[in-house]
Amino acid sequence: MITRRHLIASAAAIAMLSTAVPSMAADTVKIGLILPMTGPFASTGRQVEAGVRAYMALNGDTAGGKKVEIVLRDDAGTADQTRRIAQELIVNDKVSMLMGFGLTPLAMAVAPVISQAKVPAIITSATTSAIMSKSDYYVRTSMAGPQSAVPVATWAAQNGLKRVVTLVTDYGPGHDIEKGFTDQFKKDGGEIVEAVRVPLQNPDFAPFLQRVRDAKPDAVFVFVPAGVGSLFMKQFVDRGLADAGIKLIATGDVTDDDLLGAIGDPALGVITGHFYSADHDSPENKAFVKQVKDAAKMRPNFMAVGGFDAMHLAYAALAKTNGDTDGTKLITAMKGMEWTSPRGPISIDPATRDIVQDIYIRKVEKKDGELYNVEFSTFKKIHDPFVAK
Amino acid sequence: MLTILFDGIAYGMLLFILACGLSITLGLMNFVNLAHGAFAMAGGYVTVVLMNRYGIPFYLCLPAAFIATAVIGAALEVTLYRRLYRASHLDQVLFSIGLVFMAIAAADYFMGGQQQLINLPPELRGRLDVFGIGIGRSRLFIIVICAILAVALQLALTRTRFGSQLRAAVDDGRVARGLGINVSTIFVLTFALGSGLAGLGGALGADMLGLDPNFPLKFLIYFMIVVTVGGTSSITGPFIAALLLGIADVAGKYYLPQAGAFIIYAVMILVLILRPNGLFTREGGR
Repeated sequence: MITRRHLIASAAAIAMLSTAVPSMAADTVKIGLILPMTGPFASTGRQVEAGVRAYMALNGDTAGGKKVEIVLRDDAGTADQTRRIAQELIVNDKVSMLMGFGLTPLAMAVAPVISQAKVPAIITSATTSAIMSKSDYYVRTSMAGPQSAVPVATWAAQNGLKRVVTLVTDYGPGHDIEKGFTDQFKKDGGEIVEAVRVPLQNPDFAPFLQRVRDAKPDAVFVFVPAGVGSLFMKQFVDRGLADAGIKLIATGDVTDDDLLGAIGDPALGVITGHFYSADHDSPENKAFVKQVKDAAKMRPNFMAVGGFDAMHLAYAALAKTNGDTDGTKLITAMKGMEWTSPRGPISIDPATRDIVQDIYIRKVEKKDGELYNVEFSTFKKIHDPFVAK
Repeated sequence: MLTILFDGIAYGMLLFILACGLSITLGLMNFVNLAHGAFAMAGGYVTVVLMNRYGIPFYLCLPAAFIATAVIGAALEVTLYRRLYRASHLDQVLFSIGLVFMAIAAADYFMGGQQQLINLPPELRGRLDVFGIGIGRSRLFIIVICAILAVALQLALTRTRFGSQLRAAVDDGRVARGLGINVSTIFVLTFALGSGLAGLGGALGADMLGLDPNFPLKFLIYFMIVVTVGGTSSITGPFIAALLLGIADVAGKYYLPQAGAFIIYAVMILVLILRPNGLFTREGGR
C-alpha cells in the first residue's frame, strides 16, 4: 500500500540521487582549451592541440586521482570571442583550468574573467611580458617576453657582429623583442645602426629589405610572426642580402619547425635563438616528436611544446593538490614547479608565474634530406629580461 | 634609389592587374563587386595547388589560374551577379561582401589558414645588376607581363569591335540590344575577363604578397584606392593610379618607415581632394 508519505519519501530519495550525480562527476576535471582553430592563426591552434593530445596519449588521462577531460573551443583569433568562451566554459562547463590563448590580445581578454572566477589560465602561446601582471591566475609555458632575443644579442656580440639593423613587426611582441635585443646588444658593445618596424598587415617586404641592404650592417636581427616569416626569408634571399654579406639572425619564429620545409633551402645557415627545436636531442623530445608525427602527421613546433608543457603543469598541479580543483590552490601548486620538458629543463618562477627556460642558439642545417634547427650553444635559465631587472 | 623606383613599379603593376578587373566591372558595368579580391585569391590557390600538388610548371599555372577564375567568374555572373545589375549599390555591396566572407571561410576550410608558399622556377629568383641598379627577376617578370596586358586591354577596349559593343551595351543597354548586340553575352565575357585578370594577378602575386584566406579583405582596400584614385572611366586611369600608389607606398616605406603605411592613404586623400572623381573621368559618364 502506497501512502502519500511514501511517495514524498521516494521523491526525496530520487531528488537526492539526482543531486548525487554531479558529485560523482567531480571525479572528472575539465580543462577548457581555447585556441584559434580557424582563421589566420589556425596553425597555432593545430600545433597546441597536437601538443596537448600528445601529452595525454603518452601520460594517460588521470592526474591526482581524477580523470582529465579536455573541452576544446575555437575563438578564431578574436579577443571578444575568447572572453565569451572563457565565461561559458567556467560558468556552464565548470572547467577547473583554462589553457591555450594564441595571441597576446586573446590572453589579455580573459584577465577579468579568471581573476573573478579564480580559475588558473595556462598560456601556451602568447608571449608579451605585459600579460602576466594583468591577473594573478596566469601561468605561462610558452615564452616570457623577449626571452629568446636577449641570448641572440649576446651571441652576436661574442661572434664579431658589431653593426646590426633590427627589423621587427610593429606590434606588442615585436616591440618587446626589439627592446630586449637592443638593450642587451648595446650592453655587449654592439651598435644598432637602424631600427626598422614593419606594419603587421604588410604585403611586401621589399622597401624594408632594401633599407636594410643600403645600411650595410654586419647582420640584420629579425622578428616577424611565424606565417609571414617564410615570405620574409624568400625575399631576403631574392634581394641578395646574403650575397652582400649581411647575416640573418632571428628569433626562432622565423624558422618555425612547422614551416621550415616549405621555406626550403633559402633558410640554410640562418642563426636563430629559441626555446625549442624539434631536433633537440633528448629522450623526452624523441618520444614527443614521434607521438605528434604519428598522431597529427606533422612536425611539432614551439607552439606544440607549449601545449605539451601546459598539460604537464596541469597534471603536476592536480597531483600536488591530490585532485583538489580549487583555483587558488592549483596556482599555488604550480608556482616553482620544475620539470624536464621536450625542450629541456624548465621551471615556473614562483614570483612571476612565468616560465624560466634555456635558450638555444641554432643554425638551420640539412639532416636526412630535411631542414632542422640544429642547436649548438645554450644559454641557461633565462628569465623574462624585462621583469627580472 | 632607382631600385626603389623599380620595386614600386613592380608593386604598382601588380596592383593594377589585381584591380583592373574591378575597374571594369565598376566603371563599365556599374556594378560594385567587393568580392573581386576573392577571385584573385582563387587564382592564387589554383596556382598553389597545381604547383605544389601536381608539380605543374609556374608558367603553365598562370594561364590556368586565368582560365579557372574566368570560368568561376562567368558561372557566378550567370547564376548570381546578373540578378543584381539593376539593384541598388547597397544591395550589391552587401551581396558581394557576403561572397567575400564565404570565400574566406571556404579557403580556410579547404586549404587551411596558413600562408601558402610557392617556389618560383630558378630563373625567376635572385636579382640582376644593371648599371648598379638591383633588379629582382621575379619583379621584372611581373612588370613585363603586366605591361603587355595593360596595352592589350587598352587596345581591346578602344580599338576592337568587342570593346565598342561593350561600351555601347554599358552606355545604353536598350538601344544596344535594339541594334542586335547580345548584351548579356557581352556582360558575361567582360565579367569573366575581369575575374580572370584578378586570378592571374593573384597567381603572379602569390610569391610577393603572400596568400592566405584573408587575402580578399587584406587587399580590398588597395583595390578600392586604385579604382577611386584612377577614376572608373578607362584603363589608363587605374593604371596610372596603381603605379602612383605602388611607388608612393614602396618609397614611403623606404624613406619614412615610421609613417610608411600611411603614405598610400595620404596620397589617396590628396588626389581625391584635388580631383574628387579620380585622376581621369569620363565626361557625362554615370
